This record gives sequence, structure tokens and C-alpha cells, in this order.
Amino acid sequence: MTVVVVGAGPAGLAAALELRRRGVSDVLVLEREAEVGGIPRHARHQGFGLRDLRRPLSGPAYARRYAAMAAEAGVELRTETMVTGWSPHGPLELTGPHGRETLEPAAVILATGCRERPRSARLVPGSRPEGVMTTGTLQQLVYLQGRRVGTRAVVVGAEHVSFSALLTLGHGGARAAAMVTELPRHQSLALFRAGAAARWRTPLWTRTAVTAIHGRPRVEELELTDLDSGSTRRVACDTVVFTAAWVPDNELAVMAGLALDPGTHGPVVDAALRTSRPDVFAAGNVLHGAETADVAALSGRHAAAAAAEFAAGRDQREAPGSRVAIECEPPLHWIAPNAVAPGAGAPPRGRFALRSREFARRPRVEVLQDERVLWEGRLARLVPGRSAALPHDWTAAVDPSAGPVRVRLAAGG
Amino acid sequence: MHEPLDTDVAIVGAGVVGCAIARELSHFDLRVTLLEAGPDVGAGTSKANTALLHTGFDAKPGTLEARLVARGFELLSEYAGRVGIPVERTGALLVAWNEEQRAEFPGIVARARANGYSEIAEVGVDELYRREPHLGPEAHGALEVPSEGLVCPFTTPLAYATEAVLAGCDLRRSAPVTQIDRLEDGGFRLGTPAGPVTTPYLVNAAGLHSDEIDRMLGHERFTVTPRRGELIVFDKLARPLVEQIVLAVPTKITKGVLIAPTVFGNVMLGPTADDVERKDDTESTASGVQYLRAEGARIMPELLEHEVTAVYAGLRAATEHVDYQLSIHAAEGYACVGGIRSTGLSASMAIGEHVREQLGAAGLRLEPRHEEPPEFRMPNIGERGERPYQRGELIERDADYGRIVCFCERVTRGELRDALGGPLPAVDLDGLRRRTRAHMGRCQGFFCGAELAAELDRGAR
Repeated sequence: MTVVVVGAGPAGLAAALELRRRGVSDVLVLEREAEVGGIPRHARHQGFGLRDLRRPLSGPAYARRYAAMAAEAGVELRTETMVTGWSPHGPLELTGPHGRETLEPAAVILATGCRERPRSARLVPGSRPEGVMTTGTLQQLVYLQGRRVGTRAVVVGAEHVSFSALLTLGHGGARAAAMVTELPRHQSLALFRAGAAARWRTPLWTRTAVTAIHGRPRVEELELTDLDSGSTRRVACDTVVFTAAWVPDNELAVMAGLALDPGTHGPVVDAALRTSRPDVFAAGNVLHGAETADVAALSGRHAAAAAAEFAAGRDQREAPGSRVAIECEPPLHWIAPNAVAPGAGAPPRGRFALRSREFARRPRVEVLQDERVLWEGRLARLVPGRSAALPHDWTAAVDPSAGPVRVRLAAGG
Repeated sequence: MHEPLDTDVAIVGAGVVGCAIARELSHFDLRVTLLEAGPDVGAGTSKANTALLHTGFDAKPGTLEARLVARGFELLSEYAGRVGIPVERTGALLVAWNEEQRAEFPGIVARARANGYSEIAEVGVDELYRREPHLGPEAHGALEVPSEGLVCPFTTPLAYATEAVLAGCDLRRSAPVTQIDRLEDGGFRLGTPAGPVTTPYLVNAAGLHSDEIDRMLGHERFTVTPRRGELIVFDKLARPLVEQIVLAVPTKITKGVLIAPTVFGNVMLGPTADDVERKDDTESTASGVQYLRAEGARIMPELLEHEVTAVYAGLRAATEHVDYQLSIHAAEGYACVGGIRSTGLSASMAIGEHVREQLGAAGLRLEPRHEEPPEFRMPNIGERGERPYQRGELIERDADYGRIVCFCERVTRGELRDALGGPLPAVDLDGLRRRTRAHMGRCQGFFCGAELAAELDRGAR
């Protein structure tokens, strides 16, 4: 009995460890990169591992620790191996330096993670010069290859990862001339913002959009537009880093025929992280925009429980048709997990993750099914790009034969 | 006694047209020099277009363009199969969105017949939606053009140039022609930053700059007004939405906005058509993107729900004339190949043939080569053909073809290595992209950008 985990980032490795702990004999992790560990391998800052390993580590140390634990637990790790074919009913097709291969495992856990939306997906017009990149590329250039990346940069976005990009730019020899966001304020910690202002004197320009990129062969200038006044200004720079705006790497989920959630763009999962296909589970950031590595790892651990049960022939699930979708109303952006199913239990970390496109302080949130209120209460606050925790105790009250569950901000809330 | 000249024919410009001419001449016992201003072949107008393999059904009958597109279609279709240029024979549907447009159909059919193309036929509304169920509402009917297809705009000039170089053509990249002097005893001296080239025969295939080269030789015949076309390329996950090329009913000014699959498995929406001042103004614009999205929302609303992997702009070498500007000055040994607009990719091989005939008539000695033409096959970067990562026997021989570096486009280390070596190595990321598809996908380098930079460094060493 084999369970295959696709992706050897924090979610995938944590899932593999948990599968072994639960007695699954053959656990195979497929990783398309040359090394296991995922994104933390090239995120040099501290703070990894707090929630899952209960200790603060740097990204690379965290990645190494998981790799070592997985190897020790008897997990088979196969690197440079990519799933290049799959279908709703067919086997997994693998490609790697050892050749082509097909696998028909008892269960699959998808842990393929997410990526930042690049400039093109954001439809920023202008020339297509060198020097325009995502944080992912920036970190690999600086931390994996020790390259310098230019001298004067603009960081687009003001989330946690955007501040991480500032730090990386510093290590790569570039100064951030500005950080811009279309939102009215940054979405990270006040400490990070204050640090950036003090250490690099980087200004934060809010309600500001990048409306053109100029220069060739390398970027020379950005056109920035003030979204309130409509006025534009030009800023000279030789590097632009588009940060955050995460999207799940969902290609395999599409190939497998999994139902996707319109808000997250990841597979629809119930609280046990079961997808619409009984033998496929999903964990970590393939489910939604990025959470921190430790949260992804806990998600992997959670998915492994249901996958191990299924692989052992003990899945009690009824047909996927009995699931009830959870939908969000604007300005709420998405919720995960996003389906209620009988027997799914509590979601990872005992909460639903709720995202909003707008800021809100002490918002009153309603969970309804048809016109029946299942839950109502105040959350601490909503910050775009960061998850708020929604309690899960209302799921028992969901009627499996009724309409979708809706989550919304209460009127006048 | 005459000073011996450096070469027999010098071609200025290694776009798809210049490369096709070089390839054509490489079949003869000639020394050919191909001068390219940019860092690579096919890196200007040739790389940024709609990449359709046109039958020429809609060309203006009786023009040179009509004849050369029809002939070029035949030649390129055959050549592509032989050397491995990705081609897909999807067929096209020219859709009318109102009765006024539908009233144009008889004229379009008559024009196609006049061009010798008779396969064109009308398709009813129900049949249209059966074939393209994702089309927006209110189509009034369509004309089907079954032979229209897709061709890889990157591999085509690379294949021509590769064949020419293998046959001995002297390709010089980053060699803009900055000055042209006539030699006393006939012939030309072309000044380039890398030194002069003397030649008895000169071919001007300089595309957007063909009018400038023409003027350096004292002619005042045409002016190239770059016409910018912006295009949006959607993620491969959008590919199931569209079966055939969806064309618009053309107006006097433009062929309109089309939606078409690409040979890489994406879906393309465009182009715009705006005359611009500068010949390097390949910037996309907010208004262009907005216009294309509005057109896309009308033609195929679901398409806009997909992620965009690229927005780019190309320049067509439009002139004040309707037709191509092809002329030969037999006494001087000068052939002008200007004003080749968006149909140049389809017509390229026929243009090569045409120019070769003209040069022959002007006195160029065309002795067929004794040697067989070089045996070669281009690496397949098309989605329909077999890619190296899919070939177990190839990976068994060389594990690097199983090491995928660019995950989105599934480009292996073996292919990158090949693209950085061989007769026509890539020198920059764009060159690598056009040879392998690396960095062309949805992540735009999030995963592989740094690795590709390292490969390029290794290639440079």
C-alpha cells in the first residue's frame, strides 16, 4: 500500500512524516526540484517552525530539519521527479533522470504549494525588460546563487513577503527606493514596517499602482499612479520585485479533475482536507494563497490522517455529492476548507481560514445556510493577504441536503 | 585586377525573411553573409506576431503578396514537417457578429476563389456553436477556412538560419549596418561595428529598417510606419476553450482581433493595430490591454477568467503601399525586400524563392551545390509533438532530458544545453526562451528564473 505525496515542501514533508507515524508502510514523496525543502530553502529570514516544531529556525535550517526527519522516518524522497501526466482515472506519470514511470498509489496527497503572480498576470503594460521578477526568483538569485541583483529597486506589494523581499534586496546589493501598494495601508506587522523605514529609509506609497514599466534591455523607470487623485509619477529603478498575490500551483489538481474553489483557485476540500476525488487529498498552500511554512506543515500533518485512513480502507466518507460548499460574499475573498462533509471532523488547527480583500476592524461575520444563521460573531480584524480564524463549531448544524453555506460581513457590522 | 570581395551575397536582416533568403541561397555554390543588428535571428518583428500559417485566402487578388503567401503556405507546410517546425492545422472560423458583417461573406468567398482558394464554406450558427461552444452569444454565422493553421514563429527563422549556417552561411549577430558605400568597380562595402563586408550583391531584408537601408542607397520609395500589435497570451489551462482560430470580419484598416490557440498550447487574444512613431516602441499599453480584454469579453467571455502568461507588442513593417515592396536593381546587384507585413511568416519561403530568381536574373551565378543539403532536425517545442521529457528512450541515453528545469513548460536541462550550443547558440534569456520555451509559462521564472540565469552563465563560459 503506497501513498504518494506530490511536493516536498513543508506541507508535503510533514504529511509524509505523519503517514509513516500512522503506519503507512510505503510513503513516496515526489519533488521536481533537485533538493527537498521547498520555499523555505531560499527564505533566509528567521521565524520558521514556531507552530509545528516549537522552535525558531531560519528557512534553510527548517528545510534541512524536515528533510532529515523524513529520511529518518523511512520516507522515500525522490527529487528531480515531476508528475508530468495525470487524469481523473489514470495513473500518475512521472518524469525524472531515471526515465519515465507510472504509479497507481492507494492515495495521493497534493502538496504542490503556490507561487506569486508575476507581472504579466497582473497585466502591467510597458516594455518587457530584464530586472522584473517575483520574490521567488529574487530569493533564489541572492540566496542560492549569491548574485547581486541591481542597485535601486521598487517592491510591489506590502505584505510579510514584501518585507522579506526588502531584506533579500539588501543582501543582493540593491536599495529599495520605494514599496508600493494599491491598498490604503501595508498588510504586515508594524514592526516590519518600522524596521524598513528605519533601516533602509524605504518609503511606503499606499493607494499606488504600477501602471507602466519602461526601459530596455533592463528596466529603467516605472510609472506609478495615485489611485485616489489619478496623478502619475515616474520612479527610476533597475529592479522591480512583484511580491505576494499568491496563487496555488493547481495544474495537477486540474489534471486530476478535482473541483476547484473559485475564491482560492485551489482544490475544494472538506475539514479533513479530502478533495472531490476520494483517493486525493490536498494540503498546504496548494489550497489557497500562502500561509507561513509552519501552518502549511500542520495542514500536511492534518491531511495525512485522512489519507492514512483511506489507504487502510477505513474511509467512511459518503459520496462527494453529499458535501455542502462554503461560499464567501465580497469583500470576503475566500475561506478554507471550503466544503462541509459528514464525518470530516475539525479543520486544521481547529479553525477555518478566512480572507478578505479589504481591511476591517472587529467585523461582525455571519455564517448562513439559506436564511438560517449558523454562526454569528466578531473577529479581531481582517487584513488582505492574512487569514483570520473563523471557529468551526457551527459545521454540525449544516443541513447536508440544503443549499451552500455563505459567509459574509453582517450589515452595519 | 579587382580586389576580391568578402562574400557573394550579403543579406541585411536576419528576421524570418532574411533567414529564408539565406537558406534558399545556401542551396547554391555561393558565399552568403547574413548580417543581423540584434543579438539573435528572428528576434524583432518575427518573434512577436499572431503566428498563423495563412493560406492567403483573404489577400488582395493579383498582388505579389497574394501570390507569395499562397506559395509560401505550401512550401512552409512541407518544410515544417521535414525539419520539425511545430505546425498545427486547426482551421479557422471567420465569425460574423451582426448581419452587416455576415453580408461581407460573399465578397470574402469571391476573394478567396480569386486567390485560388476554394475550400472556404459558410457554417451556420448552430454548427458554429457546436464546434466552438465557448464563443460569446449572438454570433450570426461563420466562414470556415479549413487550411489555416498555426506555425511556431520562433522555430521557423531558427530553422532557416540553422540550415544556412550548416551549409556555410556566415551569420554575424549584433552587426548592424551603419553605412553603405558603393565600390568603384561595382558592389558594396557595408560598414558594421565588427568591421566592413564587401559584396557584389546586396539584399535588404531589414524589416522595420528596410526603408532606411533603401535610403542609404539613394532611393526614396517607401516609408515604414511601424504598426503596433498588442497581444495577450493566456495560460495553457485555457486551451480547451478553443478548437480553431476565431477570426473577425476584416475592415479596410485591420483584420481585427482574433482568438487562436498557439503551438505551445496557450490561447492568444489580439492584435491591436496602432501606428506608432518609433521603430523600437514595442511597449504594451494600458489602453491596448483594456481594448483587447473588452474584445475578448465579447468573443469568448470565459477566456478572461484564465491567468495571463504574457502581454506583448510587436511591430508590423507597414508602408504607404498596399503590396510588399520587392524590387531588384539588376545593374547594381541590389534587391530590396521591404514592406513585408504580418503575412511575412507565411510567405517567407516563397519570398526566398522569389528573391533568388530575381538575383539569378540579375546575373548572380546559381550553381547548385554538389553536397547534399545538411541533415538536421529542430528540437520540438510544440505542444502537439513529442517533447524530450516524454521520450523514455532519449532519457535513458542522456539523463539530462529527464531533468526538468522549467516546470511550467517542461523544459529539460538537456534542451537548455542544446540551445546554448550547436550551430546557432542562444546568447540571452530571450534566445533561450525562443529555442526551448523556458520562462514562457505561467510562473515567469518564479521557480526557474535563477536556474536559467545560471545555465546562461555556463553557456557563456
